[in-house]
Amino acid sequence: MSWQWFHRLGSPRWFYEKTSPWMPWLAAIALIMFVVGCTWGLAFAPIHSQQGNSYRIIYIHVPSSFLAMAGYYIMAISGAVGLIWRIKLSYMVMKCAAPVGAVLTFISLFSGAIWGKPTWGTWWEWDARLTSMLVLFFLYLGMIALQGAYRNQDTADKTSAILALVGMVNVPIIYKSVDWWYTLHQPATLKLLEKSTIHPSMAYPLIWMILTFYLTYALILLLHTRVEILQREKRTRWVQELVKEAD
Amino acid sequence: MIELPSLGKMLAASLSREITLGFRNHGDIANPAIFFLSIIVFVPLGISPESSVLAGIAPGMIWIVALLATLLSLDRLFQSDYEDGCLEQMVLSGQSLYWLVIAKVFVHWLITGLPLTLLAPVLGVLMALPVEGYYPLVISLLLGTGSLSLIGAIGAALTVALRRGGLLLSLIIMPLYVPVLIFGSGAVRNAIDGSPIGPLLAILGAFLAVSLLLAPLAAAGALKIGLDH
Repeated sequence: MSWQWFHRLGSPRWFYEKTSPWMPWLAAIALIMFVVGCTWGLAFAPIHSQQGNSYRIIYIHVPSSFLAMAGYYIMAISGAVGLIWRIKLSYMVMKCAAPVGAVLTFISLFSGAIWGKPTWGTWWEWDARLTSMLVLFFLYLGMIALQGAYRNQDTADKTSAILALVGMVNVPIIYKSVDWWYTLHQPATLKLLEKSTIHPSMAYPLIWMILTFYLTYALILLLHTRVEILQREKRTRWVQELVKEAD
Repeated sequence: MIELPSLGKMLAASLSREITLGFRNHGDIANPAIFFLSIIVFVPLGISPESSVLAGIAPGMIWIVALLATLLSLDRLFQSDYEDGCLEQMVLSGQSLYWLVIAKVFVHWLITGLPLTLLAPVLGVLMALPVEGYYPLVISLLLGTGSLSLIGAIGAALTVALRRGGLLLSLIIMPLYVPVLIFGSGAVRNAIDGSPIGPLLAILGAFLAVSLLLAPLAAAGALKIGLDH
């Protein structure tokens, strides 16, 4: 098997040109899936017996929480790939994944608060999942801050890759420790819907929305990375020609 | 070609250097301890001097202050060696940076973590800590401050090339301190409640072991990157 594709993948130019035709397709599919998923979840899924209509926020809340977690690993793995194989493109993906992940974590926390008010009667509870999500949010903010602190892009890339890796070791530890901290001192009173108790008629639109979020995540990450490529390669001839064509 | 000294010799030499440097600068030793004390003074003034209130928050409060005092002293960990070029010489020396980082962190712990641990019972008295809490407080701080220094060294190394890295250092390291804080203060609280503390101390010990293994690795990598800059 030839490894040429792997090396090519590391070339920002090749990547930019290769992904160009994907973008409208990805955007169109994501948009259609989003509209279908929202209508399905908001209008057709049955009303919850105890929570009424307020449970419908899970169609935003759960997928964004999924991607907030997965996004951290995407960021850390691309950082590791950058450190190991010295692939510039990988650092760009890592850098762009940080703000996207932070926004998703924020959406997850925010929609959780909106959901928490009618169901638990409180905006915020020092519950294990909530707390670990908040810590994850701070980890993302730390990544963004470290990226912004260095003027030299190369140093910024490498240092934040190390931070992402350290965080990757820590995320499960934080998750478990916060979990334990909570259950140790006060047993759960009410709290989150269990997955297994969800009825298929509610679960299918949820799975659909999770897939939609994965696709949208890919789309947004690609868009960010493409902008990053243009910015970092602005002195190269191919970018200048591209800009000239666009004018 | 000059032959490199053995690892043991190098470690002994760098340890004695760090200790000399650390203890020559009296401020570096006294400041975290004074900070530790003065924050604790604020607690009764700001919250309540009632001993029942203080006793309730004592375990967490003492742990949080220990964490802040460690953070405060961390940004000097590699900074002066970076500024005067010693760090560059260390990297160029061909010796394993891993052990040099361990020597530095050990001495940092010796002049911040250990004094805080020894000072903790006094703070316990000021904070009306119940008697059962003293022994777990000292043991958990003894185990935990080691992890705090080690994890903090990663942050110090990541921000070494930045002129004003202190605030950024706190920002990136705080989330990583969450588990140590939870289990450290949890052990003290459990002891007061009469619950077992063994598992929590064991986990603190595990954190120390893992961070002893991995943190110097990350810090050494970060230092090399900082010097390339």
